[in-house]
Amino acid sequence: MSNYPLLLSGDVDFMVKGIFKYNCFGHEVWITTTHVCALIVMLILIVFAACAGRAVRNADIDKAPGTFLNIVELLMDFLDGVINSTMGKNAAKFVNYILTLFLFIFLSNISGLLGLRPPTADYGVTFPLGLITFGLITFNKFKHQKVSGVIKGLCDPWVFWLPINLIGDFAVPISLSLRLFANVLSGTVMMALYYGLLPIFVKIGIPAVLHIYFDLFSGAIQTYVFCMLTMTYVSDAIGTD
Amino acid sequence: MNISGDDFIRGCSAIGAGLALIAGIGPGVGQGIAAGHAAAAVGRNPGAKSDITSTMLLGQAVAETTGLYGLLVAMLLMFVKPLLNK
Repeated sequence: MSNYPLLLSGDVDFMVKGIFKYNCFGHEVWITTTHVCALIVMLILIVFAACAGRAVRNADIDKAPGTFLNIVELLMDFLDGVINSTMGKNAAKFVNYILTLFLFIFLSNISGLLGLRPPTADYGVTFPLGLITFGLITFNKFKHQKVSGVIKGLCDPWVFWLPINLIGDFAVPISLSLRLFANVLSGTVMMALYYGLLPIFVKIGIPAVLHIYFDLFSGAIQTYVFCMLTMTYVSDAIGTD
Repeated sequence: MNISGDDFIRGCSAIGAGLALIAGIGPGVGQGIAAGHAAAAVGRNPGAKSDITSTMLLGQAVAETTGLYGLLVAMLLMFVKPLLNK
């Protein structure tokens, strides 16, 4: 019997698939498509970063920059502008992390265009990203507001608000990661349904428009939102002192 | 016609998935209101168009979250089927 009895014509497929299985201290551990796609994305990023670093190091100040260097400068200008306008004087400490996050999530989201299954359409990828943000928030809270400030912030209007404030704090990584995950997953599912269920003659040309919306537009927006919210939360935790 | 317990649960899961997507109404209305106000703001102050657009997109993406929770519940009911004991 088919795994998806609700989808009658068979080849709709957007699930994470296991590729390779091994035993780790008695537990079954799977290497899945997510791992492979994430590794491909990281490989592309590493090669890009190495090329960009070399281009910048070998740049000749007296000459106009070439095409590749221009693209790198454009990207850096844009991201620096966004990070500076959001975080203000704290930007210098976080620009590396936010930049890495931005590039990884963006390339992951649009990797559907390259025929990969987007790694961010797996909750096992987005939840750790949310947890890193949560760790950054908590660390900076304790570092800049001290323990007394954190306790004061938790009991904000009154002591009895403590559980609600705690839930609010712990909801941050969950809502952050679920937002990214669900958006990318919905795009993946829509494309899989389109390719799997419709007759062949509508699959020529028309999917390009859908790919622009579901992969490029939605992916770019969600990348922006994730980075923006991370920056906002971290600057909130640092405070204005 | 005999309907087994598993079939009944599958059918009810499909109905539940459809009902869960009613959650899409709220974000739709909210995003429409946000876009309308952003359009009005651009009309009043065309110079601030890029700032208004980025703020609108951020707010809309946050407002979308509740709808996405509905979508996730629907997905779980349709494809993971937690109610069927395998």
